[in-house]
Amino acid sequence: MQKSVKRYYKMEGHPDYETILRRVCELLVPYVEKGTAPEEDSDFVADLNFDSLKVMKLVEQVEDEYDISIPLNILPDVQTVKDFIIQLQKLMVS
Amino acid sequence: MSLFDKFQQIAAARQPLVERGIRSNVVMEKVISSTEAVINGRHVILAGTNNYLGLTFDPNCIEAASRAVRQQGTGTTGSRMANGSYSDHLQLEQELAEFFGCKYGMVFSTGYIANLAMLSALTGPGDVLLIDADSHASIYDGCRLSGAEIIRFRHNDPDNLAKRLQRLGERTSNTLIVVEGIYSMMGDRAPLAEIAGVKEKYGACLLVDEAHSLGVLGPKGRGLAEEAGVEDSVDFIVGTFSKSLGAIGGFCVSNNPAMEMIPLAARPYIFTASSSPSIIASTRAALKILKARPELRNKLWDNAQNLYQKLQGLGFRLGPEPSPVVAVRVANIDEAIALWKGLLEYGVYVNLVTPPATPDGGCLLRCSVSAGHSPEQIEQIGNGFASLKEVVREAETA
Repeated sequence: MQKSVKRYYKMEGHPDYETILRRVCELLVPYVEKGTAPEEDSDFVADLNFDSLKVMKLVEQVEDEYDISIPLNILPDVQTVKDFIIQLQKLMVS
Repeated sequence: MSLFDKFQQIAAARQPLVERGIRSNVVMEKVISSTEAVINGRHVILAGTNNYLGLTFDPNCIEAASRAVRQQGTGTTGSRMANGSYSDHLQLEQELAEFFGCKYGMVFSTGYIANLAMLSALTGPGDVLLIDADSHASIYDGCRLSGAEIIRFRHNDPDNLAKRLQRLGERTSNTLIVVEGIYSMMGDRAPLAEIAGVKEKYGACLLVDEAHSLGVLGPKGRGLAEEAGVEDSVDFIVGTFSKSLGAIGGFCVSNNPAMEMIPLAARPYIFTASSSPSIIASTRAALKILKARPELRNKLWDNAQNLYQKLQGLGFRLGPEPSPVVAVRVANIDEAIALWKGLLEYGVYVNLVTPPATPDGGCLLRCSVSAGHSPEQIEQIGNGFASLKEVVREAETA
């Protein structure tokens, strides 16, 4: 299932899933406690201790990074880092 | 996961306040005037009420409300769509439209409902709402109700707004930009001339919520759009009766013919009871005063400047510009609560604001100044803060 999602959003001219994942995990580091390594399956609230303020700051950073606008409407569908990357890929190709 | 598990999160957010002895909202045991009340058995100066022109005890407003309640009863008991439209509701709508130089005016039961109604009626699935990141909760909730795509732009950043409009391409014709005249937490105003310029360039629509700027800004008191000279670029102005006009309710004025359909399209307008006659009557009286007595605005600004300068001189960290909302930034919740309690004991009530209600996750002691404050009361509010400077120093060195 996961592989098909990655293939589906592998679009010409846009960074691939793995590249976005790597960069988002780098961007997450300042928001998490020392010793916590953000991963693909990390849950934003349960594992990374995110609150609404951190979510909004991360969204702004990612918007600048990829020159996209992230609608607030997608956030209820985002629980893990993987969910976030999938949503980013959708926005990049739309 | 049970139905009630969600309340654990809310309880956890409240816990820091409970641990510090704050369990519930402040209760005004007795309201003495527009600027004084009794809280916890203590006579206090009110410096956190949004009562910018001090009209809640104006004799004309009280007399108008009293007459209306005697003649028309305590409530309309119905929606504007059914039995809840009285001739006074229509009169107020016309008076608001005339005051703003607009063709259309609509009155809503609260300012919250005004934003819910306008945003959810003007936009829907497939449309885009571009809102300032620091928007009031009523704007966020109206956006959610609309079903439109919701995109935030950075607070008071016209360049960031322009970038987002550019990304939208042809969708800008289906886009409504939403900003506020004065932002309620920090008291800063929107760079509206620049925002209006961006709006014109990209062909979007613009709605300005003048809740905290009606009666406060502009030569005639119409708000920030008037002050900035961009009323022609603003498509919809929303506002409230619960601040400068000293009552409760909301409104929208516009020249856009879409306003003729809003009463049929806005569910928050249709499915709630209309404002009671006494509220409409006191609001009409207050609007007359707002128009006839510009000296109230001058007094408000004198008070605001004096308090801002006094607190700045004491070394408090304040919002970015002098305004009737004077926000005092504090380092942490312990300092915020110690200051807030200290001020109450001194005889000054201000708003204690903690995350997530604050824009940047910090804590605030939010003061709002009134034209009803005497110079002595402003001095007393400043003295209250001065007496607590030690609390701040202790918290900073702890």
